Amino acid sequence: MISLFTAEGLSGLLFLGFIGLTLAGALIATNARSLIRSVAGLALCFLGIAGFYYYLNSPFVALMQILIYVGGVCVTIIFAVMLAGSSEVNKVSRHNVLVGPLAFLVSGLLVWGLAGLALKTEWHSSIFYVENWGTVANLGQSLLTTYSMSFELISVVLLVAVVGSLVLARQGRDK
Amino acid sequence: MTLDPEIIRLLAFLVGVIAFASFNAAYLVWLERKEAAHIQRRIGPKEVGPFGLLQPLVDGIKLMTKQLIVPAGVDPVLFKIAPILVMVPAIMSFVTIPFSETLVARNLDLGLLVISAFASVNFLGLLLGAWGSRNKYAVISAGRAFSQNVAYEIPMLVIVVTLVMVSGTMNLTEIVGLQMGGFWHWNILNLAASPLMPVAFLIFFVCMLAETNRAPFDMSEAESELVAGAFTEYSGMGFGVFFMGEYANIVIGACVATILFLGGWHSPFPDTIPFFGASSVIWFLLKMYFIIFTVIWIRWTFPRTTFYGLLNLSWKILIPISFVNLILTSAMLKVF
Repeated sequence: MISLFTAEGLSGLLFLGFIGLTLAGALIATNARSLIRSVAGLALCFLGIAGFYYYLNSPFVALMQILIYVGGVCVTIIFAVMLAGSSEVNKVSRHNVLVGPLAFLVSGLLVWGLAGLALKTEWHSSIFYVENWGTVANLGQSLLTTYSMSFELISVVLLVAVVGSLVLARQGRDK
Repeated sequence: MTLDPEIIRLLAFLVGVIAFASFNAAYLVWLERKEAAHIQRRIGPKEVGPFGLLQPLVDGIKLMTKQLIVPAGVDPVLFKIAPILVMVPAIMSFVTIPFSETLVARNLDLGLLVISAFASVNFLGLLLGAWGSRNKYAVISAGRAFSQNVAYEIPMLVIVVTLVMVSGTMNLTEIVGLQMGGFWHWNILNLAASPLMPVAFLIFFVCMLAETNRAPFDMSEAESELVAGAFTEYSGMGFGVFFMGEYANIVIGACVATILFLGGWHSPFPDTIPFFGASSVIWFLLKMYFIIFTVIWIRWTFPRTTFYGLLNLSWKILIPISFVNLILTSAMLKVF
């Protein structure tokens, strides 16, 4: 049993805190009555996941998670909701009876698949830990060598998104 | 049971950082009032203490003893969380700011990224607070703040990327370390890396003004049209914490400008002139407060711009120039 007042104990506690944050955030995001609260829950969830990345030895990815998902995506969603209209419109309604069971089914499948994958994978033990894994230089190198194909495909997707949104915005202006 | 000295050091620094942030938030209000008064040929606060120096204390007591009103119809959870969400990231950013060679709570390799990440979280707090208040002024203010932040984040980040390229690191201590030995080694005059460096500093400064919603870019809390912008519904310390968060963000902006462009804790003179020592926390604070002084000076000198003027400035002038600077710098780095 590790004492709570050592570095390991504290970091373990913090890790549990991140798990709790992610789960609580996810629950708020799916169950909140108003859309803005859902987004706030989503932001909490993203923060928890950033914590996981930090524990996975990639502080750069963790910070990017905060910068892009909390600071970019969540903020944009909130702005879109603000533009969309009054609070009555934002109340989430569940008219369809099938939605609940279907969601349970899909998420159950997802959990089963991911859990199976996690159990099958041979995880590196901490002995395999290599100094400097997950640094910016490392990430940049692998993005431009091993994963250059996916890197470029993602840029194409982003370009398409930008052009698409411009086309949509133009049409709106003509009316 | 023995405690790790590192943990004690970290705790001491955390308390110090919170104290520093709160002290600055309180006394920058005093500085702002004094400076504004002198610019307008008034005296400013003078009744409480010498030069009105105890005024922030009295203001603090006033704000704390006021009743916290949660207006009917607001979203109570978001309404209460928002001020905290503005203040906490600001304090977190102070953790990685090096005030001198040794005076830094945690010297992170990704320090610069930590600050930009937390700066974006604090904006989320403003938006949630504005929406939670269910007040049309607050929502209009949040909309303006959003377009402004999106527009000015781009040139700011491009300039920061340029500086990271020049320095080759995101560690704030190392970035300052590279600017040693007289003011002509500072990044603002690093013409060998890019002839546009002084312009880059200017762009960074303008973006800092816009990101912290300071005049002439304070469209989001234009008092004459939006009451108090996003804080309209807040009373007592809720308002106080929002205000402290704003000033803490100005301090962080000034700190980052000092670190990136003005050589941090290094003396502007070469080593032969020992004045406060070649590297000292005093130099850092002097530079930082000079920038803050200028920020306040600008607020009381220039009128507010129009909204389209503000967006045009960013999209049509600042972003193109910052990209030119980026390309020029990378070309210079490759060639020389």
